[in-house]
Amino acid sequence: MVIMSSEDKPSEKNINSFIRPDGRKADELRPYKINAHILKNADGSAEIHLGGNWILAAVYGPKEHFPKFEISQDRAILNCRYHMNPYSTSERKSPKPSRREIELSKVIRNALEQAVILDEFPEMSIDVFIEVAQAEGSTRVASITAASVALADAGIPMRDMVVGCSAGKYNGHIVLDVGEVEDKEGEADLPIAILPNLRKVVLLQMDGKLTHEEFKEAFDLALKGAMQLYEEQLNALKKILDSMSTLEESGGDEEK
Amino acid sequence: MRRNNLKKNTLHEMLMANNVLKLAKENRRIDGRGFLDYRPIIIEPDIIKKPDASARVLLGDTFIIVGINFEIGTPFSDTPDKGILITEGEVLPTASFGAEAGPPSEEEIEISRVVDRSIRESEVVDLSELVIVPGEKVLKMFVDFNIFNDDGNIVDAAVLGTVAALMSGDMPDPKYLAKHVDEIDNISLKEVPRVPIPVKDIPISTTLALINNKFYVDPNYVEESVADALITITHTKNDEICAVQLYEGALGYEQVFEALNISLEKSKEIRKLLLDTINKK
Repeated sequence: MVIMSSEDKPSEKNINSFIRPDGRKADELRPYKINAHILKNADGSAEIHLGGNWILAAVYGPKEHFPKFEISQDRAILNCRYHMNPYSTSERKSPKPSRREIELSKVIRNALEQAVILDEFPEMSIDVFIEVAQAEGSTRVASITAASVALADAGIPMRDMVVGCSAGKYNGHIVLDVGEVEDKEGEADLPIAILPNLRKVVLLQMDGKLTHEEFKEAFDLALKGAMQLYEEQLNALKKILDSMSTLEESGGDEEK
Repeated sequence: MRRNNLKKNTLHEMLMANNVLKLAKENRRIDGRGFLDYRPIIIEPDIIKKPDASARVLLGDTFIIVGINFEIGTPFSDTPDKGILITEGEVLPTASFGAEAGPPSEEEIEISRVVDRSIRESEVVDLSELVIVPGEKVLKMFVDFNIFNDDGNIVDAAVLGTVAALMSGDMPDPKYLAKHVDEIDNISLKEVPRVPIPVKDIPISTTLALINNKFYVDPNYVEESVADALITITHTKNDEICAVQLYEGALGYEQVFEALNISLEKSKEIRKLLLDTINKK
């Protein structure tokens, strides 16, 4: 597959020499960490730290859907809310959902819907709540990455994980994982989310200006970043599985 | 975009949806079009005389009106040297069986934001030319579009209408306002000398539906309702991509690039049609 081979790109030289506002190389992710099962009341939960981003996701359900007239006979309804907390940005953000948040909730929901096997739960609903506690660029894709781990943590059947990553253009260079400064001052932003094993794109947005060649380069770079974050998603889930089996071996109570 | 709305569809629409899928297997489209064909497009700039700019677009049976108004405002603190662009779209209750009046729905907000991105990111209007006094007074450009009849592909119609309106309309001269800034609160904008709106680009958006693993250009209402994926891509006149939105569904990695290439080709064709219409005026 041509698309995945990012090793032989002509811009490899640029990637290695260009230093970004936060000191990263062009093809470098910010430091990241994902933890699952962090909100005890939720059926599933996860948090992601990606640079200065700190995003928490909780999943409730599958549960009876309300109101009744909205029920879908053949599949569960996936509700999704992406929400930025008032203190998540340096200028206070009104807690009331903005038009941006409404749009992002919709595209994030679509991304997750492509993975969750909704027809196993007709007439039910699954709620996904995403809270951005601290925002530092590329929150929508980091949200998806966390929400997908939360869905898996809730034991909801999925075709694949969903993992998001962004690429963009800053000072003429195609860069991976767009940070806050690059988002504001950069020339373009390309957030994507994928199903890494089914090789599908489930979120694709872009603003700014890119030539077709630059788009291809940015897309390939974002794919590469997403695959790295996918490994971290699996690590987070393995850690939860391990801690559960330790509990069983030591004869401890069922922890949930 | 429509799938969650299925309950609001008429029986007729549901039967048509079945037909779209049946014909897809025979490589045909419900209205006999080729897969890469747009419906007939009629662009009428300056359709409403009251605002600074306007246009009507008929895209098959999709009927939209765009109006553009300028007002004096205060720039955002993080962009003191730029004017302000505000884009809002509303699907009117006249538009379809399922359309409702009321606060903007999720879909309306999404559509407005995609149109906004297409206009903003292509820099069709250089917002720095809307400045009266940096950091204090700028022109605010309101783009309002309404869907009177919705037969799908609202976004392409709205972008086309907005660009047509911008190219044919005019605005109050920011330089004149800068000279008379002391009395700015008493100036009636309609009496200010007018200049053409500084249009720098001609962005064209093209929307594609994926049905049965095939791309359908300019999907109509029923095609949108059965689409496995729906995507809009906007190109500038220099063939750069300036906005992308995957509204729903999933695309294979290769399909993303297939969509980009189809969109590029179609954008050239539609841009030519737009220019022909404007030049005839």
